[in-house]
Amino acid sequence: MSNGNGQSGLVKWIDERLPVFTFMQHELNDYPTPKNLSYWWNFGSLAGFVLVVMIVTGIMLAMNYTPHVDYAFDSVERIMRDVNYGWLLRYIHMNGGSMFFIVVYIHIFRGLYYGSYKSPRELLWMLGVIILILMMATAFMGYVLPWGQMSFWGATVITNLFSAIPLIGEDVVTWLWGGFAVENPTLNRFYSLHYLFPFLIVGVVVLHMVALHTTKSNNPLGIDAKGPQDTIPFHPYYTMKDYFGIGVFLIFFAGFVFFAPNFFGEPDNYIEADPLVTPPHIVPEWYFLPYYAILRAFTEDYFLYVPISWLMSAKLAGVIAMFGSIFVLFALPWLDTSPVRSARFRPIYKQFFWLFLINCFILGVVGAKAPDDQVFTWFEGFQYVHLGQITTAYYFFHFLILFPLLGKLERPKPIPKSISEPVLPGGGTVAAGAAAKPMEKA
Amino acid sequence: MMRRAGFLTTLAALGLFASQTAQAAGDAHPIPSQEWSHSGLFGTFDQAQLQRGFTVYQNVCAGCHSLRLVAYRNLAAIGLTEDEIKAVAAEQEVDGEPDEDGEPTTRPAIPADRFVPPFPNEQAARAANGGSMPPDLSLMTKARIGGPDYLYALLVGYQDEAPEGVEMGEGMSYNIYYPGNQIAMAAPLAEGAVDYADGTEASVEQMAKDVTAFLSWAAEPELEDRKRMGVKVLLFLIVLTGLFYAVKKKVWADVH
Ligand code: HEC
Ligand code: HEM
Repeated sequence: MSNGNGQSGLVKWIDERLPVFTFMQHELNDYPTPKNLSYWWNFGSLAGFVLVVMIVTGIMLAMNYTPHVDYAFDSVERIMRDVNYGWLLRYIHMNGGSMFFIVVYIHIFRGLYYGSYKSPRELLWMLGVIILILMMATAFMGYVLPWGQMSFWGATVITNLFSAIPLIGEDVVTWLWGGFAVENPTLNRFYSLHYLFPFLIVGVVVLHMVALHTTKSNNPLGIDAKGPQDTIPFHPYYTMKDYFGIGVFLIFFAGFVFFAPNFFGEPDNYIEADPLVTPPHIVPEWYFLPYYAILRAFTEDYFLYVPISWLMSAKLAGVIAMFGSIFVLFALPWLDTSPVRSARFRPIYKQFFWLFLINCFILGVVGAKAPDDQVFTWFEGFQYVHLGQITTAYYFFHFLILFPLLGKLERPKPIPKSISEPVLPGGGTVAAGAAAKPMEKA
Repeated sequence: MMRRAGFLTTLAALGLFASQTAQAAGDAHPIPSQEWSHSGLFGTFDQAQLQRGFTVYQNVCAGCHSLRLVAYRNLAAIGLTEDEIKAVAAEQEVDGEPDEDGEPTTRPAIPADRFVPPFPNEQAARAANGGSMPPDLSLMTKARIGGPDYLYALLVGYQDEAPEGVEMGEGMSYNIYYPGNQIAMAAPLAEGAVDYADGTEASVEQMAKDVTAFLSWAAEPELEDRKRMGVKVLLFLIVLTGLFYAVKKKVWADVH
């Protein structure tokens, strides 16, 4: 353990009784990291950075925000107009929500591409999924707080979903609302939980880090570090690389905050909530659109629902599928039967990965559209609900059928012996003869 | 630059997909975009235009529409002097403190008060407008798809006659840009409806443009500060990131 490198008297005294400094030295400085991480590995630290930004701006907003149906909208506008730099706080927080999801989605797709969910990182991955779920709950409740039309109607539509639960559904909804409609008690509890959940996220992030530092980082080759020649200390290499990443990210973030602060928003949310006026088109925030599309793909008369129609209502099927689309991620480490981690060496999986990504984008577009709108002007009768059903079916096909099958059918490319080997001068990227050997249990 | 376009609208505009939202399902016209001095990276408001727009708001729109999030003192930002602001405020009466006998009183508004709404409550507003509610205008340019372009289009988009075969409701006017085309607001602007102090000719287009600019300011009074700060922040971040990159390269030089 690298203790005592220049520790002052006080630090040493503390460290002998409570080894925080040794711990920090060990986990933040020496932490041996694969030397071949690409920039896709920046998004974890970026997510942590955004979390801190959200908590700091959120706490400052909370000092000026009033969680009451009569005052919430106006208090947010007071923040925008009368609080010193209130507009800055709010626009950072508002766009920060979108940034958080951009960063975390990239982080997740990175994991999908490089097989970071596979042994021994199953728990690390599952903790990540828990973070995603908590983030979604936090963002959903946060969006209700400014009490605009979309806040109110989004909350109404989404909480109403729970009424699909057989027998107790209606009671659950009343319980969630704290009344018989989305009203002041709903706003109050959402505010309370919106304040709480980010700190739960911090807790899970700590566990995520403990798991990470136990299994160590995956890398673009998806193979384990074989020794010191494959790793470098986290500091200064990755600290500097992360700073640079944060710089680039901040430029992107600031572009929105200062020059297009309402880009991700809905104009309707600048109209105060009115329970008597339903907006013509209720849409959730962009980061929920794919799930929203999955929810709405289950309709009485179409193919996805027909095989299970004897079992449950279409609404319940949609709700289960929506939640299922996230919960399936928990099972991924066991659904994927291939021992090879990185898609670099999985020629077929690699193609399906991109197909899956495109599929998710299309789901997002479908979620933003009215279900019975035409998809193409030149294709009569093909509506968004149909496109949503196809893409929903593919989403689950990808996880439930493709992942288990591909591992068995696909013939992976030869895998390099070690991280340092393929980048050695003169060394090829393909280890000769490896193709004939059984795949490395990476 | 995509100021008010928004993410979903951009998705719709991806071209690949027929962009036909539920709202625009009628035959509303696409909204033409206009030049605004306040759009773009360095855009700022034109003070003279804001003052003209304020004249239009005061003399035309304020009869029906409130502007409840804006305080009279905020008018300093569009170049009104303290005395002018006091005078504008003092034209309105607001509730005062109860007197010593506990009787309610009223007093003239002061610069710290918010714009006094034209009607005491929604019922009164509806009663005066044939049952329709003139919405508050404080956030109007942020609250509609198309933002200022939509607002301008709405104000100039009236047609005297509804097209053949369109059944107009009682008290409705035909507007080519309003969703559904039937709006309960009669064309508010008529040639020469106001006298501009700076002598600008008060054409319908001119007034529409000016009042839209004024309402854009009312919706985003922080816009100039925001962009000014944004330019500095971006410059700073670009330099900082450049430095980070240089250091990163240096640190990594020995890794292979
Ligand atoms: C005689 C009263 C009256 C005057 C004057 C008036 N309006 Fe209106 N306005 C209304 C009413 C009533 C509505 C609601 C229309 C409806 O719901 O169909 C309305 C609606 C609007 C809307 C909302 C349209 C939408 O997309 O929902 C805007 C914007 C607007 N007015 C702007 C203005 C501006 C700017 C002026 C001044 C130039 C003005 N109005 C003057 C009565 C008025
Ligand atoms: C996980 C981190 C967080 C996420 C993803 C998140 C997300 C959001 C979102 C999407 C909104 C709506 C913004 C808008 O449309 O105006 C919001 C509002 C708000 N959040 Fe958070 N938030 C987080 C953390 C926090 C924290 C820690 C606080 C501290 C109490 C907080 C306090 C608030 C307040 C007061 C509002 C209402 C003001 C406003 O709407 O701008 N948030 N949040």
